[in-house]
Amino acid sequence: MGESESRVILFDDVSAGTFLDAFRFIGDNGQLIWDKTVEQLALSGAALGVAIAIAIPIGVLLGHWHRGSFIAINVSNIGRALPSLAVIAIGISIFGISFTNVMFALVVLAVPPMLTNAYVAVDEVDRDVVQAARGMGMREHDVLFRVELPLSTALIFAGIRTAAVYVVSTATIAAIAGGGGLGDIIVNQASYRFEGVLGAAYCVAALALLADFSLGGVQRLLSPRGLRRRPVVDPEVATAQAFGH
Amino acid sequence: MSGGGGPVIPNFGSASHCITNNDLFCTDWVRSNWSSTLQPALLDHLKLTAIAVVIGFAIAFAAAVLARRLRFFEHPFTLFSALLYTIPSIALFQVLVPFTGLTETTVEIALVGYTLLILFRNTLAGFRAVPDDVLEAARGMGLHGREILWRIEVPLALPSIMAGLRIAVVTIVSLATLAAFVIPEGLGRPIFIALRDYFKTEIIAAGGLAVLLALTADAVLVLAQRLLTPWARARAA
Repeated sequence: MGESESRVILFDDVSAGTFLDAFRFIGDNGQLIWDKTVEQLALSGAALGVAIAIAIPIGVLLGHWHRGSFIAINVSNIGRALPSLAVIAIGISIFGISFTNVMFALVVLAVPPMLTNAYVAVDEVDRDVVQAARGMGMREHDVLFRVELPLSTALIFAGIRTAAVYVVSTATIAAIAGGGGLGDIIVNQASYRFEGVLGAAYCVAALALLADFSLGGVQRLLSPRGLRRRPVVDPEVATAQAFGH
Repeated sequence: MSGGGGPVIPNFGSASHCITNNDLFCTDWVRSNWSSTLQPALLDHLKLTAIAVVIGFAIAFAAAVLARRLRFFEHPFTLFSALLYTIPSIALFQVLVPFTGLTETTVEIALVGYTLLILFRNTLAGFRAVPDDVLEAARGMGLHGREILWRIEVPLALPSIMAGLRIAVVTIVSLATLAAFVIPEGLGRPIFIALRDYFKTEIIAAGGLAVLLALTADAVLVLAQRLLTPWARARAA
């Protein structure tokens, strides 16, 4: 079977000990794990930065104008459906393999949840409050920056958190396409043995959980007390999905 | 990437200029490889997804029915399925290989595992949202446990169940592309091979099919949901 396949899977023995050996692998190969973690974070961080710059202004403005709800809502349904390997592979075939191109493929996956959450966050700010602000003589950009944005920051951030967890774990797949990161170890059992694969997998899971917890903390800090609304894209479901890597 | 020896392009008789040039998309390659490569991969992908979702749904549904009555069952099962979720799929496939080999079973066990959390949570949430009054009325009408489940609770939980199925199906379509890491099946196979050879047409054709499959499956489920729960739209209107 599959002698034409590019990857060789070894039949290493797996026992309960292997799962512990994986921790030893992390300890023994601190420098390797660190380098790959930094690569993965650089890739994810860059992708998230670009996605924020694209998605948040569009989502916020559409929400402010109460326009384009169909697009804003459906973009996340479509984004959720996109198979990550296919998106990364297609991106690479069109633009070639490089850090920037793998990063842009991740941007495509990160934009939808951000945009939808930003749209809904601003669109659903209490209309009475906005009207009151206008009645006080606020100009358009004051309404946006001093009323709508402060009231929707937490929910906007929930979208960023969802996307962050998704991107950090999906960046693992980038390794198949030569993108580097912890995935390099996971797809290369021949070099790193089972302990390495598992050790790197632990690190990916830990990174995703860490991103989720830390951004969750920031999100709580940003939400005015008494105004804690539920995000549209359930972060837990998204986290789960993220591992669709 | 075209330097360094150049891409290895499968040559079936005479390759067109487009193919030897490794242009972005060669329709002639797709036409001549549709029935030998793409169509079987697409069908295998559908099969992998369908089996995983059907088995996953059966397990998650049974677990939700159980958890609906026995509250203590909810937490352990959620924890178990959430734990499964956090394992990156490529790693999970490899972990299972020593036990079940380079087989479909290996892939299906992992894929089924990834459906459980979403399907369980959504199904249980659907059951929990059934109003007590409705259950009381059903009992008052003389319905028994099983009749209440199938004629009252399941129909009322259907929107939530379908929402879960949508997420589960698109997630599994996505994950099934990675099955090619251990078995030569699914749309991931042409994607992996084409990535290795950096053959653009095949990457775009197979990747595009995976995207299309996910979007189509999602659309079909939306349609199914509308047909199955006509009252939901009537109420919204």
